[in-house]
Amino acid sequence: MATRQTRTLARFMMAPSVMLLLFWMIVPLAMTLWFSFQNYNLLNPGNVSFAGLFNYKFFYTDPAFFQSIWNTLVLVVGVLLITVVGGILLALLLDQPIFGQGIVRILVISPFFVMPPVAALVWKNMIMHPGYGVFADIAKFFGAQPVDWFAQFPLLSIVIIVAWQWLPFATLILLTALQSLDGEQKEAAEMDGANFVNRFIYLTLPHLARAITVVILIQTIFLLGVYAEILVTTNGGPGYASTNLPFLIYRTALLGYDVGGASAGGVIAIVLANIVAIFLMRAVGKNLDR
Amino acid sequence: MARAVSTRSKVGWTIAAWVVALIIFFPILYTVITSLKSEPEAIAGFNLIPSFTLENYVEVQTQRDYFRPFMNSVIIAVGSTMLGVVIAVPAAWSMAFSPTHRTKDILMWMLSTKMMPAAAVLVPIYLLFRDFGLLDSRIGLTLMLMLINLPIVVWMLYTYFREIPGEILEAARMDGATLWGEIWYVLTPMAVPGIASTMLLNIILAWNEAFWTIRLTTTNAAPLTAFIASFSSPQGLFWAKLSAASTLAIAPILIMGWFSQRQLVRGLTFGAVK
Repeated sequence: MATRQTRTLARFMMAPSVMLLLFWMIVPLAMTLWFSFQNYNLLNPGNVSFAGLFNYKFFYTDPAFFQSIWNTLVLVVGVLLITVVGGILLALLLDQPIFGQGIVRILVISPFFVMPPVAALVWKNMIMHPGYGVFADIAKFFGAQPVDWFAQFPLLSIVIIVAWQWLPFATLILLTALQSLDGEQKEAAEMDGANFVNRFIYLTLPHLARAITVVILIQTIFLLGVYAEILVTTNGGPGYASTNLPFLIYRTALLGYDVGGASAGGVIAIVLANIVAIFLMRAVGKNLDR
Repeated sequence: MARAVSTRSKVGWTIAAWVVALIIFFPILYTVITSLKSEPEAIAGFNLIPSFTLENYVEVQTQRDYFRPFMNSVIIAVGSTMLGVVIAVPAAWSMAFSPTHRTKDILMWMLSTKMMPAAAVLVPIYLLFRDFGLLDSRIGLTLMLMLINLPIVVWMLYTYFREIPGEILEAARMDGATLWGEIWYVLTPMAVPGIASTMLLNIILAWNEAFWTIRLTTTNAAPLTAFIASFSSPQGLFWAKLSAASTLAIAPILIMGWFSQRQLVRGLTFGAVK
């Protein structure tokens, strides 16, 4: 079909995007890998030497390392649980016949457009602050002791904030998928006497399966990199209680000036992300075939 | 077709949905309300009716020079989007209209670059930026955000372009249109809505990006994300001012976002959910 001329042209037209992304993929990756085998401290940049696996060993034996991996997992899984379950319920609710559906949708989707530093600072100061926050006001109203969220439950607090940001995304995707469900199928099931629970389990949930997969995989990519929310609320603390892997890398690199150690952490983060990526590529790739 | 819905059940669902929606929206609403309070009022306990003062908005500008980070955000978000679209349109066009057996692989590979965790390459990017004098520069940040969003831009444009019927091109070709004529007179008018949607979503993503914008800037090129993050340190009375700065920072993108719900679904799921 395509003539040779158009094929050459097609290559020519793709070249800028492909070259840029190739550069973007290979250069930082190669540098990270290279630095991870070097003794390289920004405070002593003249003294760089081969380190072998020392940086990996250093990172691996650091107690903060396992805590940060654990925190990363808790953050990702916690937010996924809240947003997927909450998103399904919300999507089902918004799919009902209601007055002012357009406005309700706008209200629900809004948190997704709030930049992370704003979301985190608003929650930290106005909602969760133990002295003046809304939660404290509610607690006082019921005569209870206000909770000092970021001191007592630092990781949970961050999970709540991030879940608030991503719940709209899950809801919107699932609602879109829900609305593509064939109305006649629903009616047929209703006429056959299937109750709400059965309709949900045997009709709605299978229909939503792919959308749920997509939500989980895409959120995981973003949740693995949560950073600003931690920076402006707990700064990773108390201790390392709310430090995730990206935050630990940032700490090692720009606060500890340890290029080698941070790069070893970076390589580990890339390996983790790739495990997730393989699953995502499969799911999205399958869709491309249709 | 249409099912008869009893008014009573509709009212019930409506109340439930509005209550939930208002709870979810509440932090944003409360930020706007607090921005209209005085500082002592802001910490005086729960109160939904502010004194409607605008002093915080004035002070955010006069004391913290709000306009500078705002312009940085505009320049970086719009600049990186325009640059990205200019680079991505030819690629997406050729993949949509003259696909080869490798097109799918190239698309998947582009998507895979998006999986690289930002923090993992913080060190090399930081050092490269330092060595090339790009730290705290708008140009550096514009390039950076263009690169990280380029895969999404190519993908989105590709899904839009693929929906343009190929027969139209063949008809134009039969009528003797040159290749550039094809692009300019036939494709461009049909592609404009898709390009506009892509730009809209990309501006939103660039505006809210909060890793590179914070780490690669200090003062000169700091956009709103970094500006707001700098509010995390000061002590004392600053909530009303923080709220005013926050309201200003999120308002434009919130409004854009309301109009981009469909594009958001499509763009962020890479066409898997429409």
